[in-house]
Amino acid sequence: MQTKFAFFGGIYNNYLALGAAINDAHSRGVTQMFCLGDLGAFGPYPDRVFPLLVENNIQTVQGNYDHSIGNALEDCQCGYTDPRDNHFAALSYAYTLKNTSPENRQWMKELPSEIRLTWEDKSTLLCHGSPRKTNEFLWESTTSTAFLERLAQEQNAGIILGTHTGLHWHRRLKNNRHFINVGVLGRPENDGTTNVWYTLLTLSLEQSDQEKDSVTVEFIPVEYDYEQLAREMELENIPEEFIETIRTGWWTTCLEVLPAKERRAGKY
Amino acid sequence: MSAPPIAPLASLDELWFQVSGTLCNLKCEHCFISCNPSNDSFKYLSYDYVMKMLDESVALGVKEYYFTGGEPFLNRELVAMVEQVLKVGPVTILTNGTVLKTDWMKRLQTAEQNSQYSLEFRVSIDGPTAEINDPIRGERTFERAMKGVAMLCEFGFLPIITMTRIWDESREEEILDAFRGVLREHGYTRPRLKIMPRLKIGAEANRTEGYDQFERITSEMMAGFDVSQLLCNHSRVVTDRGVYVCPILIESESAKLGETLREAQVDFPLLDGACYTCYQYGSICANPSSKKVEA
Repeated sequence: MQTKFAFFGGIYNNYLALGAAINDAHSRGVTQMFCLGDLGAFGPYPDRVFPLLVENNIQTVQGNYDHSIGNALEDCQCGYTDPRDNHFAALSYAYTLKNTSPENRQWMKELPSEIRLTWEDKSTLLCHGSPRKTNEFLWESTTSTAFLERLAQEQNAGIILGTHTGLHWHRRLKNNRHFINVGVLGRPENDGTTNVWYTLLTLSLEQSDQEKDSVTVEFIPVEYDYEQLAREMELENIPEEFIETIRTGWWTTCLEVLPAKERRAGKY
Repeated sequence: MSAPPIAPLASLDELWFQVSGTLCNLKCEHCFISCNPSNDSFKYLSYDYVMKMLDESVALGVKEYYFTGGEPFLNRELVAMVEQVLKVGPVTILTNGTVLKTDWMKRLQTAEQNSQYSLEFRVSIDGPTAEINDPIRGERTFERAMKGVAMLCEFGFLPIITMTRIWDESREEEILDAFRGVLREHGYTRPRLKIMPRLKIGAEANRTEGYDQFERITSEMMAGFDVSQLLCNHSRVVTDRGVYVCPILIESESAKLGETLREAQVDFPLLDGACYTCYQYGSICANPSSKKVEA
């Protein structure tokens, strides 16, 4: 018997991609969907994200953005250090804070910073950046396997899922443990394509062979009406740089936190 | 007098190797550990010693590795060490960019391509012109370092140009713009820049001034402070004389914490003036720029 779960990262107000991902997950027989936080930023009309999460019973972890908006803090706590990156982060934060209803802000404020689940023998930990810090960037090319082994051990978790960096990746650890960055639905992955990504996790229960891993991880590309999103961003006077990313698939901002390999893969 | 503020080691995430000790081909006037061609108070690390410490670090779950000095490339075993370390984790090399050789670059390029991890270079240049840089770093060092940057770019690396803020802050934007311009002229089309605050110890204490007595972290200042902003909260440095708390304080004898990484997993009292700078700016040794600008 197989059970399928979908994990969505960083929505960044991209309600169109979230809707498309939910439909895609349903079509694959997913029984439960989760969101790992950062509902706002970047895109238009923040309030359009919440009904989709609530109506589809999507359990959601609080990202740094949600903590900031929920508590009306001064900035998004994204963890950028470069002045240009922070300039653009401040623009989208101000827009999102202004356009999120008090009810939705309160909803975000009450989200948990992590979710722990147990599926059969798999202890699973859902977080935003890392289990120890909400806005920690765990990049594929700067996170050693030894570190992830320690993290899984310390957290007593068989599967750790996070997001925050905007790029999906998966590392298989000892004893059938896994670290998974589920990617984001909010913007493309800096690879020149316009699709976004979510993670499909399949658990094969009643595994006869104890040695064999019962977990399958798949990254699912999602096509959505990015042109409509881009037009709506224009109507809302969202910076041209963000719209370019939606239309081209190349990141134009928030680049200075990228390590060498991830930076080299992009255009800017 | 109240007890000094303490930084616990929350998690050993970054391991630094003082791979060329205090030996450097340059003699920068603002160096915080007085490195120069004849200062061998800390000596080169041997390949075997680095491998031994690497083994211990993997067992402890270290996340990232840094090679510093002095000038790391003076140690002729550096490239072989980096080739090995890239098999288990990401590497950053802090260099002055003046002694790079193409055959080393070829090997390092191959090592990074075969690794799932990034190899970063941080190249120290202290201004966008020879007129600003050379009085501090030495004659012709600007020209030589820029040739190094061009070579790194030729091999597909994206070096992080690291500048110590030796100019007045009001000129910051002008200096950064000039830097981006000159880097583009040298073939670096998407320059990455990092600014470091001055650390008023080592040679820099003689060049300008040392820390005043009041420039110290107090226990009161630690209340509500994110201690992860301090490198010593998640890092240690391996030298030929043992394991020290951080790469900035190796000339302070109290900064030695043990012979092994396990021994060095102890709290550290934040008594030095340089600790105050680390507190003020946050993450000054990390690859991205510091979080705070000068007040």
